[in-house]
Amino acid sequence: MVAQDAHAHSAPQGFIRKYIFSLDHKVIGLQYFFLALTAVFVGMFLSLLMRIHMIWPGVSLPLVGEIKPETYLSLLTMHGTIMVFFVLTTAPQGGFGNYVLPIQIGAPDMAFPVLNMLSFWTTFVGFVVIIAAFFVSGGAPLHGWTGYPPLSALQSAGPGEGLGADLWITSIAIFCVASLMGALNFITTTLDLRAKGMTMMRMPLTVWSWFITAILGLLAFGVLLSAGILLLMDRNLGTSFYVPLVVVNGQVLGHKGGSPLLWQHLFWFFGHPEVYIAILPGMGVASQVLSTLARKPIFGYKAMVYAMLGIGFLGFMVWGHHMFMSGMSPYSAFAFSILTMCIGVPSAIKTFNWLGTLYKGRIRFHTPMLYAIGFVSLFVSGGLSGPFLAQPVLDIQLHDTYFVVGHFHLIMGVAAIFGIFAATYYWFPKMFGRMMNETLGRIHFFITLAGTYAIFMPMHYLGMAGQTRRYSQFTEVAYQAKLIPLQTFITVAAIITISAQIIFVINLFWSMFKGPKASDNPWEATTLEWTTTTPPPHDNFGGVTPVVYHGPYEYGVPGAPRDFVMQNDPATVSAH
Amino acid sequence: MATYTPSTPIGSAQLGRGGAPPVPPRGGGDDGNSSGSPNYGARLRRARLGLICAVATVCMVFISLTSAYVVRQGLPTFDDASRNYVRDWGEVRLPFLLLAINTVLLLVSSITIEAARRDAARQAALAPVKAIPGISLGDEKRFPWLGITVVLGLGFLLGQWLAWGELHNRGFYINTNPNSSFVFLLTATHGVHLAGGIIALLWAAITSLLRKPIEARRIVIDVTAWYWHFMAFLWIYIFALLAFAR
Repeated sequence: MVAQDAHAHSAPQGFIRKYIFSLDHKVIGLQYFFLALTAVFVGMFLSLLMRIHMIWPGVSLPLVGEIKPETYLSLLTMHGTIMVFFVLTTAPQGGFGNYVLPIQIGAPDMAFPVLNMLSFWTTFVGFVVIIAAFFVSGGAPLHGWTGYPPLSALQSAGPGEGLGADLWITSIAIFCVASLMGALNFITTTLDLRAKGMTMMRMPLTVWSWFITAILGLLAFGVLLSAGILLLMDRNLGTSFYVPLVVVNGQVLGHKGGSPLLWQHLFWFFGHPEVYIAILPGMGVASQVLSTLARKPIFGYKAMVYAMLGIGFLGFMVWGHHMFMSGMSPYSAFAFSILTMCIGVPSAIKTFNWLGTLYKGRIRFHTPMLYAIGFVSLFVSGGLSGPFLAQPVLDIQLHDTYFVVGHFHLIMGVAAIFGIFAATYYWFPKMFGRMMNETLGRIHFFITLAGTYAIFMPMHYLGMAGQTRRYSQFTEVAYQAKLIPLQTFITVAAIITISAQIIFVINLFWSMFKGPKASDNPWEATTLEWTTTTPPPHDNFGGVTPVVYHGPYEYGVPGAPRDFVMQNDPATVSAH
Repeated sequence: MATYTPSTPIGSAQLGRGGAPPVPPRGGGDDGNSSGSPNYGARLRRARLGLICAVATVCMVFISLTSAYVVRQGLPTFDDASRNYVRDWGEVRLPFLLLAINTVLLLVSSITIEAARRDAARQAALAPVKAIPGISLGDEKRFPWLGITVVLGLGFLLGQWLAWGELHNRGFYINTNPNSSFVFLLTATHGVHLAGGIIALLWAAITSLLRKPIEARRIVIDVTAWYWHFMAFLWIYIFALLAFAR
C-alpha cells in the first residue's frame, strides 16, 4: 500500500531528526514557511530604509548609516532578490505546497522525502549566501534583481560588484538547484501518489496550482541556472558572452563582442514564468478559500484548470515584453505584445469565476475569506495595468517609471502575499492545532489592504507624471522634486503598513501556543486535509489510506444532510 | 428529485458537481501489493517519473546553452581597424581523434550499463524464487557490468580532460574566443552531469556492500542506466554541435 511504501521512514524520535533534518513533508513545509517569514522581514526592512531615505535623504539610518546612491541600489537589489526568490517562490510553493499537497491528494508523504529535505536545506544555504553579500567588502551588489550585464558582469563596475555580486549569482544558482529538486518532487508526487479515486479532475485547485507551478519551475529554473553560469564565467574567467568592448575609468577591459541582450533573453525566459510561479499558488488558495467560505462549488472548475494551464503555457512565450526598450524589432515586439495581451483571457476567466463563486453565496467573512477577496481585488487592480504595459508604445514611456513599480508590486508582490496570508489563516488550524485570533486577523487585513493600495496606487500616477524608478533621491531634479509630497505619502503609508505586520506576527505566535483549540475541520471544508486529525499524524492519515469519491468543492449539494460533502465521503448523492 | 442515500455501496460513487464524472477508483498506484512489504514496482515507476523530470531540466539547461551558442555565433562586433562589423566567433581546432575515442568509450559504456540494467532486472525478478529455502538456481557467473561501466565512464572523463589539455597545447583557452569558451563550457557541463551518473553507480555499489535487497539496488541501476543513455545521446549532440555548427 501507499502508506508503508512511500513512508518507509518511520516517525523520527530525536530532536534533530524530528525538527531539523526531518523527512516529514509537514515539518519541511513549516521550515520553508519560517524561512520565508524571516526573509520577508529582511526584505521589508530594506524597503523601509529605501522609503525613508527617499524622503529624508540626509538622515543617517540604523545599520547602514548614511545612504549613498550606490547603497540605495544595493538595498533595491537585495530587496528584490530576497522577496522574489526567498519569499514569493519559497512560501507559497515550498511552504504551503509541501505541507498541504501530499495531504490533499491522500499521500503519506512526498515521493522523494530525502530529496525534499535536501531541497529545503539547499534553499537555506542559498539564503545564507545571499545574506552574506551584505557583509563582504564592497557590500551587496547594485545591479537590481534582474542582474543586467554589463553592470553585473564586471568586477570593476561598482562597489558591490566584486565579491558581493559573485555571492549573489552563487546564491541564485543554489536556489535554482533547490527549486529544481522541489519541482521534480512535486510533479512526481502529484502524478504518482494520488489516493484511489483522486483523479486529476478531482484534485483541489490548490493541487493543480502547485502542480502547474512545479512544471513552470522545472522548465524555467534550468535556464536561469545556465544564464548564471555564463555570467559567472564572464565575471571570473574572462569570457565574453554578455560583455561587449567596455571601457571603465579610461581602461579598456579584456572583453569583446558579447551581447547584454543575450542575458536579457535568457533571464526573462526564466523571469516571466517566475511571475506565475509566484502568483499561481495564490490563485489556487483563493479558489479554495472562496469556494469553502462562500459555501458554493467553485464556479467552472474545469475552466479554472484550463485557465491555469493556459496562463502557464502562455507565460513561456511573452518574455520579450520585458525588453521593448532594448531596441528589438517592431515585429517581434508586436508578437510579444499580442501574446501578452492573450494572457488577459485566462486571467479574466479566473476573475469572473471567482466572482461567480461569490455570487449568491452564503459568505462567511472569516479572515482567510477576507484575504482571498483581497487577493482577487489586488489581482484585478494590478492586472489591469498589464495590458497598458504590454503595448510597446506605452511601455517605452512607462518602462523606467514608478508605473511599472506599482504594477508589479500589486500583481506579483502584494497579490501573492495576500495569497500567502489567506493560506496562513486558512491552514493555521491544521498546522498548529489552534485557531488564529479573528479580531486581530481582521484588523491586520483592513490595515494591510488599505495600506497596500495607499502605497502602490499613487505609484501609477507618479509613473505617468514621469517619476523615474531606481533613483535614490529626487531633490536634485526640479520637475521630479515636485512629486516628493506624493512620495512622502507613500512612505508614511509604508511605515504604517509595515508596522501592522507586527499584529500578524503577534497573532501567529500567540495563537500557536494560546489560541483556542481547533477541531479537525473548523471551516467545514471538503478536501482531504480536513478528514485527518489536527495536526495530522506523521503519515498524515494514521495508517489509513483515504479513498476519494467526490470532487473537491461539493457544497450545498441538494439532498445531502450537511451543506458540504467531504471528498472521501463514501455516501452517494443521487442525481437530481 | 434529489435524494440522499448514505449507505450506497462504494463502487457506485457518483459526483454532485465541481469535478469529473464518476470513475472507478484509480490513481495513486501501489494497488497490487497489500502484503505490507515495500512495493518495488511502484517505487521503480516513481523513480523513473522523477528521472523524466530531471532529464527535462537537463534538456532545458542544454537548450538554453545551445540558444546562447547560436546567438553568440551570429553576433556582429564593431571592428576598430576595418571600421566595419565583423563576426568574432573565432576558430577552434578540436582534437577529433581523441574526442572520437571518447565517444566510443561512452557508447560502449552505454551498452555495458544496459547489460547491468537487464542483469539487475533479472536478479530482482528471480529474488523471490531464490528466497525460498532449498531452491538454488546454480552458481551463476556474474559479469561485473557495473564496474566496467564505472571504469569506462571515468575513462571518458579522463579522455575529456586530455582533450582539454590538447586544446591548451594548441593554444585554445576558455577565453581565447567565443567558440573556445563554448567548447569548454559545453564539455564541462556535460562532464559534471556524467560525473553525477558515476556517483549514482558508486552509490549502487555501496548499497550492494550494505546488503540492501537487490530490488532496491535495481531501482538505482535502472534509473542511472536511462540517465546514462541520455548522457551518451547528449554527448553526441554536443559533439555534433561543436563539430558541425562551428
